[in-house]
Amino acid sequence: MTSLLNPSRPPFFCPGCSHERVVRSLDKCFQHLGLSGNQIAIVTDIGCSGLFDTFFNTHALHGLHGRALTYATGLKLACPGLTVVVIMGDGGLGIGGAHVLSSCRRNLDLSLLILNNFNYGMTGGQCSATTPAEASTASGFLGQLEAPLDICAVADAAGATWIDRISADDAALAERIGHALTHNGFSLMDIMGICPGRFSKRNRQPKKLIAALSERFEKRGTPERHSSREEYGEAYRKRCEQAQPVRPMRPISCTSAPAEPATLRILFLGSAGQRISTAAEILCLAAMHGGLYATQKNDYPITVLRGHSISEVIISPFPIGFTGIKSPDIILALSEEGVERRKDTIGSAAPSSLILQVSEIVIPDTKARLIRVDCTALQAAKNQRALALLAMLTTTQLTVNAELLRRALEHKFKDDQLEEALALVERARSSAG
Amino acid sequence: MATPRFFIDGNEAVARAAAKSGCRFFAGYPITPATTIYQHMLSLLPPSGGICLQGEDEIASLGFCLGASMAGLKAMTATSGPGISLFSEQISFAIAGEIPLVIVDVQRLGPSTGSATRGADSDIQFLRWGNSGGLPVIVLAPVNGADCYNLTCHAFNLAETFRCPVFIASNKEIGLTGEAIAEDALADIEPLNRAGYDTHQSEAPYQPFAPSADSMVPPFLPIGGEVLVRQTSSSHGPDGFITTSPETLEQGIGRMRAKLISHRNELALYRIDADPEAEILVIVYGVTARAAEECVRGLREQSQRLSLLVVHTLYPIPEKLLREEIAKVSRVIVIEMNLGQYVREIERFSGETTVEFFGKMNGELISPDEILRVIKP
Ligand code: SF4
Repeated sequence: MTSLLNPSRPPFFCPGCSHERVVRSLDKCFQHLGLSGNQIAIVTDIGCSGLFDTFFNTHALHGLHGRALTYATGLKLACPGLTVVVIMGDGGLGIGGAHVLSSCRRNLDLSLLILNNFNYGMTGGQCSATTPAEASTASGFLGQLEAPLDICAVADAAGATWIDRISADDAALAERIGHALTHNGFSLMDIMGICPGRFSKRNRQPKKLIAALSERFEKRGTPERHSSREEYGEAYRKRCEQAQPVRPMRPISCTSAPAEPATLRILFLGSAGQRISTAAEILCLAAMHGGLYATQKNDYPITVLRGHSISEVIISPFPIGFTGIKSPDIILALSEEGVERRKDTIGSAAPSSLILQVSEIVIPDTKARLIRVDCTALQAAKNQRALALLAMLTTTQLTVNAELLRRALEHKFKDDQLEEALALVERARSSAG
Repeated sequence: MATPRFFIDGNEAVARAAAKSGCRFFAGYPITPATTIYQHMLSLLPPSGGICLQGEDEIASLGFCLGASMAGLKAMTATSGPGISLFSEQISFAIAGEIPLVIVDVQRLGPSTGSATRGADSDIQFLRWGNSGGLPVIVLAPVNGADCYNLTCHAFNLAETFRCPVFIASNKEIGLTGEAIAEDALADIEPLNRAGYDTHQSEAPYQPFAPSADSMVPPFLPIGGEVLVRQTSSSHGPDGFITTSPETLEQGIGRMRAKLISHRNELALYRIDADPEAEILVIVYGVTARAAEECVRGLREQSQRLSLLVVHTLYPIPEKLLREEIAKVSRVIVIEMNLGQYVREIERFSGETTVEFFGKMNGELISPDEILRVIKP
């Protein structure tokens, strides 16, 4: 095979920079694997190593510092047949650490070559995540206060299936890159090199420093790890084949005469876990079956199963603008927690308004008409009370009738859930006589 | 008999519209109040051969989308204020690399992490200027669920046509508000695809950032195809290689600006409820338009003469529309669910007419009564 190096853009690094050796080894590896340029994408980020894509006649994607793995992930999933090689320096490794960990865990078939030269070359030789504490950098003492990152050990802990550490001047570099590229899954190579432009200027014996670091890492146990786990893209596509298509949006047609042709504002005051927003939705669906418009605005804290849950429902023969409710026509009071949030609304409720209240809760004094509902007698569990109150509402002639409620329940639920709901509605309605 | 209606919220409308528009890739990070868009996309895409991912953070989510879009897939992500903040560097890349993308911001109350379950139009200026370089973007603001659907369809088409990120500036009070939407309110907008490069048209190598003869938008080829494609976030020439030539840079950056700005008037999507005798023009966008419509209706019943302009295309600014409508009246009133973001743009085109402003940021909707008090103090 012929070289994939771009003859019009030869590698352009400081004399003696390890990056150049990696460029040539990568090219050798491509040739050895018999890949043509359009079968490869080189994805790079920022720094001297970010120049890599320009030296090759391959597809190229050069993006932001530390984010190369993110582009590569989208690209590889969209083009499973493409060989995607990601090049980052130790700078990109540090700033994009979360992406490195996630790539190890994900095991998508990408190859990450970390061109680790222990400092930020392009910006003047500051310390990086991998700088040995003994080294001198443009960051002064700052680099000496932090422990250097053993990325191979970290990748191992994160579940990477191919981890390799090698010196950039190792004769086997091209061959070892080839192993990483052919591994079916995520492969990570820590390629340790020298930055004569910056690192060697401040550190008389850079090779010794790096060898010492390497040895320290080795002593912890061999970081090289070659294992197998299902490749993410393959696993993903298998799951997709089993995925059930989602139901299309189901239109609601009005088949009966419109329900009460007035605009009504209904406030549900309850707590998380009471299925307040489901009940509010059922009221909307019932109204829509009666040919009305409906809106449902919810208010709840970020907690789940704790805190208030309030829904504001407006039903109207006309399209609805403002979705908030200042003076409700009907209030369903389901918990003191919910009531507490709108106690002023209850206090100032007009005598013409109606409050349906779960009998065991206390609500502020009000001029509104009150209907107390004994949910215990109705055998309505905590999460069924909102529906019980809705069922009672159908007996008042004020808004949706029992038939519309039934059709709403049939739209929303099926099987056991539907039967349970219908039975509860029946119990509630007959208790109202 | 009324046309059938759907009961859905704005977030579902966005997701359904994305699927209809040919979106094949979604990546997101859970964040209230945008999470349900991701949940819907996770139900919609995988069974139909699309891809839906959860990123390790917002930066990753948008990065995944950029990679997928460069492979030729229509891509979307959704977030809220704190996520938009993290998106910033990748948004800049989408602009610089001319990568088609739809970004939904279901806005919540800021500043900062603010209130996850409270609405506000917190990010309007951030969407416009939250990129390094300050190049224009497209921002569309829905008022209701039907708009969420229709504007998402438009957003995909605009992203493909202009090769740029397009934002949907939604709001918790639209995204999570369920409502009856008439079936015929959902427009049947034909999905468009980005213009492809004709590989037979020339012997010369493909230049990924060279505009075609009849458009300022470079024809697209995907990474991974036959022909080699270069994409880069760095300053580049038409060939996609880094350059520092002032002439090349000026041309390229000028073209990226002009490809949108030169279409600013025809991109204007809006609704105007005009009274030819109006002295007052109320300008609104987003969920606040719902209260404004109600208020205007009430005032007209009291014989007040006024017009209402609901702007959907916030950016590029519909300059001509604003100038023309403002020129017809003596009072302009802008109402926003923030402390004054888009009003700055309107002031630039208001000439001698003073612009009055009312805004609120306390997690509550602006009510028709509040707007009434501004119009009739
Ligand atoms: S600064 Fe260092 S890493 Fe960059 S090209 Fe020079 S030697 Fe290589």
